[in-house]
Amino acid sequence: MAKKDRPFALPAWAQAAPFGLVFALFFLIPLAFVVMVSFWDYNDYAIVPGFTFRSYVETFEGCYDQLPGLCTILKTYLSTVKFCFLVWLITLLIGFTIAYFLAFHVRSVTTQMTLAVVCTIPFWTSNVIRMISWIPLLGRNGLVNQGLVKLGVVREPVEWLLYSDFAVVLAFVHLFTFFMVIPIFNSMARIDKRLLEAAYDAGASGWQTLWNVVVPLAKPGIVIGSIFVITIVMGDFVTVGVMGGQQIASAGKIIETRLNALQFPPAAANAVILLAITLLIITALNRFVDIRKEL
Amino acid sequence: MNKKDGAQGLSRRSVLKSAGATIGSVAGSGAITGFPAVWAQEKKVLRYLGTAVNQSDDINKQLFKDTGITLEYISVTTDDVTKRVVTQPNSFDVLDTEYFSLKKLIPSKNILALDARKIKEFDNITPVFTKGELPNGKKIGDQGTAPKKVMFLEGKDSTTFAKGVTEWVTLIPTVYNADTLGIRPDLIKRPIESWKELLNPEFKGKASILNIPSIGIMDAAMVVEAAGLYKYPDKGNMTKAEIDLTIKVLTEAKKSGQFRAFWKDFNESVNLMASGETVIQSMWSPAVTAVRSKGIPCVFQPLKEGYRSWASGFCMSKGVSGKKAEWAYEFVNWFLSGWAGAYLNRQGYYSAVLPTAKKFMSEDEWGYWMEGKPAKSDIKAPDGSLLEKAGAVRDGGSYDDRMGNVACWNAVMDENDYMVRKWNEFIAA
Repeated sequence: MAKKDRPFALPAWAQAAPFGLVFALFFLIPLAFVVMVSFWDYNDYAIVPGFTFRSYVETFEGCYDQLPGLCTILKTYLSTVKFCFLVWLITLLIGFTIAYFLAFHVRSVTTQMTLAVVCTIPFWTSNVIRMISWIPLLGRNGLVNQGLVKLGVVREPVEWLLYSDFAVVLAFVHLFTFFMVIPIFNSMARIDKRLLEAAYDAGASGWQTLWNVVVPLAKPGIVIGSIFVITIVMGDFVTVGVMGGQQIASAGKIIETRLNALQFPPAAANAVILLAITLLIITALNRFVDIRKEL
Repeated sequence: MNKKDGAQGLSRRSVLKSAGATIGSVAGSGAITGFPAVWAQEKKVLRYLGTAVNQSDDINKQLFKDTGITLEYISVTTDDVTKRVVTQPNSFDVLDTEYFSLKKLIPSKNILALDARKIKEFDNITPVFTKGELPNGKKIGDQGTAPKKVMFLEGKDSTTFAKGVTEWVTLIPTVYNADTLGIRPDLIKRPIESWKELLNPEFKGKASILNIPSIGIMDAAMVVEAAGLYKYPDKGNMTKAEIDLTIKVLTEAKKSGQFRAFWKDFNESVNLMASGETVIQSMWSPAVTAVRSKGIPCVFQPLKEGYRSWASGFCMSKGVSGKKAEWAYEFVNWFLSGWAGAYLNRQGYYSAVLPTAKKFMSEDEWGYWMEGKPAKSDIKAPDGSLLEKAGAVRDGGSYDDRMGNVACWNAVMDENDYMVRKWNEFIAA
């Protein structure tokens, strides 16, 4: 009882301190700097300490004047959120299916582990290489188009395979499905098999068992996987750049362009905005599942 | 067996030894601490920050042979060079950067101007830089950040660019070139003569420009002028209204699907062209060479409106003094003394001091690269690979024809901030 009454006792502090320090040093302090710089002024070659909303005002420039048209920042985030949703949905479906197969159809633990390791094989090469390897496949004169033309499915090469929304989503799904598989598999592996048997004995159909037993119990894994995928897609600009042929805007790209032009305050302001929006989405997700409780 | 074992043992030991030596030299050279150690003074080492354009092992080897100086290359992108100079001026000794970034670098006071009197070949530097004209006296285009506008300072510690020639030089030129559109003649099958072809609907879905705002917008401006939509007083320094107009033209083209992709780095531009994703795009000379060396026809097409030119050069970090400064001058003097110039000329770039470079090139090489004459024998790259067969003529012809038709120079505009925002709008459109 005594322990429960005093959750902030010294041992607890001591245990939390190392991580707390790392967190403060590498996350909180830099973040505070980013927020600070986002309110500074700047010129061609320097940032000028002070307090101004210039970076924010310029970022949201035209958002009111251009109505009902969308301003740059809204368009960009709309496109980013669209990718987020599509990628989340597809990786969830694929990730859930793979995890389900691993957890319930593969009997031996050894085979389960072996197959889980097999899933990591693509991660042995770099992110960028896995992404770029799609280009010769999907290009105008790429393998897929050559195949389609030779089979007579299409007469002209299909243009939307590469440098398009499709290509971006495809690369994202390829890169990040694994981040869904592992947490969901982890949750599913902990489900007591007797619960499934009980459901079967009680006369539940396969779908009913899936929906009423497996999905609720796998929720923590689903939410953790979703957080991984959503945060990565929100901040990504390399994949969108390469697969979208640099023609598709992304929040990260705006930051990069600003940084390259030595305009640090607006870059910082955009980073703050990106962080705020991502936090909003994560908070909304947490509404569905209280991860701390579930874990 | 025995012998083999012995050899293995030996090699293992020598590997360990050399590993130890490497660690020792890293620690000694100050790479770890960031401060020059005592015995680093005996070894002449200069940290050389720049894009990879002039940073080659061959140059380093020859330099060491001639002067005993070793370069430690720090290769980053053009944007990152600027970033590094502004934020970490003590992380390099010699800087190799483009003239247009001077508008940002000089006010930061992080670089030192060089003393023209200590540069042996200074008077032989091509007048393209000092006066904005060809050696034969022909004036060339000076829109944008033409080198002559930013090459001299009013005094040693001044941050004001001088109107005429002074002894304080912001950058000693190393390399420059005239850029234009690259095309695939085998896929276009008709002559291309104007920048406006970039936005010709005939090439819908097969065109590309750079996604580097300051350069991309200049290429777009060349198109706008060529199409007769507007005549800019200075393409390299647009007003807000002019930026709006240019971005509008680009946006319309993007929305109608004119562009296949935008490219950001050298390799992307090569791949787009080589794979036939694009047939016409803004390009850099060595990228055209790279496509051609794959056996794919690609032409660096001269256009009637002229070229967009760029130039880069050397200066020092403000942290350099004493012996290091002497080595830096020694290095710059060596760079202008011909070997490096010839090396760059053979890659299709141009060197700053033409007469010295000429001494290191064969008559045939000089004729092909600089005079626009048909090659008498096969033209080879510095690494010995075949570039052109005998009889070939360089795209765009001679030095005078190419540099003489420069219309504008890469630039940073006064309205750079606005332009970058508009560029982001264009990408999002």
